[in-house]
Amino acid sequence: MSSSDGGHGAHPGPHLAHHFETIEKQDYAVRLGMWLFLGTEVLLFAGLFLGYTVYRHFYYEAFHEASRHLDLWAGTTNTIVLITSSLSVALAYHAIKQNKTKTCAGLLIFTILCALAFLCIKGIEYHHKFEEGALPGVFYHFSEVTAPGANLYYTVYFLSTGLHAFHVIIGMSILIWILARVLKGEFSSNNYVPVELGGLYWHLVDLVWIFLFPLLYLI
Amino acid sequence: MSQSSQLSTDNADKPVIPVVNYLNADRGVWSWLTTIDHKRIGVMYLVSVMFAFLLGGIFAMALRIELLTPGPTIMGANTYNRMFTLHGVVMIFLFMIPAIPGVFGNFMLPLMLGAKDVAFPKLNLLSLYLYWTGATLALSGMIMGGTDTGWTFYAPYSTTTPMTLFPVLLGIFILGFSSILTGLNFIVTIHTLRAPGMGWMRLQLFVWAIYATSIIQVLATPVIGLTVMLVGIEKVGHFGLFDPSRGGDPVLFQHMFWFYSHPAVYIMVLPAMGVVSDAISAFARKNIFGYKMIAYSSLGIAFVGFFAWGHHMFVSGQSSTDNGAFAVISMFVGVFTAIKVFNWVATLYRGSIAIKAPLIYICGFLFFVVFGGMTGIAVATVSLDVHWHDTYFVIAHFHFIMVGAVIMAFLIALHYWFPKMFGRMYHEGWAMVAAALIVLGFNATFIPQFLLGNAGMPRRYYIYPERFQALNVASTAGASLLAFGFVIILIYLIYALVRGAPAGDNPWDSRGYEWMTTSPPPKHNFDETPVITRDSHSYQEPGEEVEHVVI
Repeated sequence: MSSSDGGHGAHPGPHLAHHFETIEKQDYAVRLGMWLFLGTEVLLFAGLFLGYTVYRHFYYEAFHEASRHLDLWAGTTNTIVLITSSLSVALAYHAIKQNKTKTCAGLLIFTILCALAFLCIKGIEYHHKFEEGALPGVFYHFSEVTAPGANLYYTVYFLSTGLHAFHVIIGMSILIWILARVLKGEFSSNNYVPVELGGLYWHLVDLVWIFLFPLLYLI
Repeated sequence: MSQSSQLSTDNADKPVIPVVNYLNADRGVWSWLTTIDHKRIGVMYLVSVMFAFLLGGIFAMALRIELLTPGPTIMGANTYNRMFTLHGVVMIFLFMIPAIPGVFGNFMLPLMLGAKDVAFPKLNLLSLYLYWTGATLALSGMIMGGTDTGWTFYAPYSTTTPMTLFPVLLGIFILGFSSILTGLNFIVTIHTLRAPGMGWMRLQLFVWAIYATSIIQVLATPVIGLTVMLVGIEKVGHFGLFDPSRGGDPVLFQHMFWFYSHPAVYIMVLPAMGVVSDAISAFARKNIFGYKMIAYSSLGIAFVGFFAWGHHMFVSGQSSTDNGAFAVISMFVGVFTAIKVFNWVATLYRGSIAIKAPLIYICGFLFFVVFGGMTGIAVATVSLDVHWHDTYFVIAHFHFIMVGAVIMAFLIALHYWFPKMFGRMYHEGWAMVAAALIVLGFNATFIPQFLLGNAGMPRRYYIYPERFQALNVASTAGASLLAFGFVIILIYLIYALVRGAPAGDNPWDSRGYEWMTTSPPPKHNFDETPVITRDSHSYQEPGEEVEHVVI
């Protein structure tokens, strides 16, 4: 959120914008803004979840069969990677609240590496699907699942995991930006709200995957 | 009459414009483009949406001229399709959705809360830039790509038409982002920036309406963003999501589209109702009747509006159970609207009514909302809608709400708050003439369309059987009156901007909090943070004499 980014390194307290009375009120405002924004993200994904539900209902057999052809190992590893990264970003927030700048930076680096690992594994999975021809719509030519509607499974699969991967990239960029500011010493126990907000966004990215994983891979 | 814009110190009893105000505190185009002042952003929105309205109006007139004769008049079928698409997209996404929140929400909300700005001023400027970007993309995309789908982009036509759609869809996505950020900003502002003493039950009703609107903007807009992007992907990449030949379901598109686009009607109409709630009490010079009921019914409409979308799809193959459920839910909107209308009328009752241009529009608004609302109940009735669906009856119905209610409210707001925004007064006589023309012209345009629809004329055709001609000519004549009225408004407002008499801080003697500061306000709104000690619509405080000020 733009109005809280005024810290100038020299003084550890956050910048108070002219239209807020107190830092507490300003912090409350940016947190509320972030939560509302996360709400919009949930609704953005909701459309794809709706698509999944409708087409699963229409083409139960195809969806069931196609989900068996996803790489369960890759999916499970990615789930573990993301949950671990959620833990590390929460610990980073905890660390900065206790003025442990180095610990915070280390944990953020770990989180960013987890995000990279997630994207690599996802990339390998995508590559595999491209080779098999398990692709959306007109591009579908996967010989192992031929039930009608299988192409729609992969449409939903690529759209939802693609949108999610896009959010992983955004989340990663936010965390890199926050890491840079942590390294510059901008944050401390007096000024940690941006770390908290970046963490919140990362948790959302994680949470969306927690729903995508069972729907696409397990059931 | 011709008071010069220079302030003269010798006639101290005459209202003067504050020497330094937000309009001249900083100078130069760059100071406007980089401003984070909510008032300047509001003014830039005003210029932008009025330009969009002008464009949308020109497209509408082109449609009306085409429909003067039963055969082709000035354009062919393709041009006609593009024209109604342009008219719909521009009026809805570029004008109606940002109009009242973008202009008057931005300008008035912090003033009404006693705040110095909105919660996130930079985000607010970003909203405006996103609006400009999205508007440019959508407009140029439609003109160059020849978009001919109508503003609804129904699949599978939209995914198979040879015309280019991606730029306009991307434009709508970006406009949606702008709308979300504005809504988010307003919700946080209302939660965190109320002046000392301003509890929730002291908020002005316009603020309540903006609050309810913002909730819809934040919750519904992401879905249209996703939906239009899916159409774009489908069009470019042939993913088959809405394509029946690959197992996709076009009705799914309709569900997702109307999940946003029905609540979007309330994004347009709730702020309009908020404007009326504020202005009616100022021009009746009387406390608003049923404050809490008006406030809560805004939230009620916002809530119920999320579950009524299926009434757009009675003939799309929904089950009759769904149809019945959506019909009943839609009726509740009528209940909440009726609560507001009764309270507004009760506010007028025994008030000390000041017959000014805004009041004429308020009366027009009340009639249009009731008429449009009642026909809304009619088209929400499944057995009737089956006959009226996709006819001019539906066109007339939603124009009664969108033009009749929303544009009337936009004009109320424009006239009521013009002196607040610019410190000058427009010419009352010309304003009355324009108001009369617009209210009459509006009726003349759309009442014939109800009759046409009822007689069976379908929407979106550029030719029609000869028996419909008389009513179509009547409708076009009405539209010309309407257009003439708008031109008059444009002229006297521009004149007032330059040469208008200084209005004074509170020319209407209104009790709205936004009038607590000077008109136009200083850069930071208030020299000292105001402390609120009275209710917002209180024209009779205990212990105070009832004022009957002649304005």
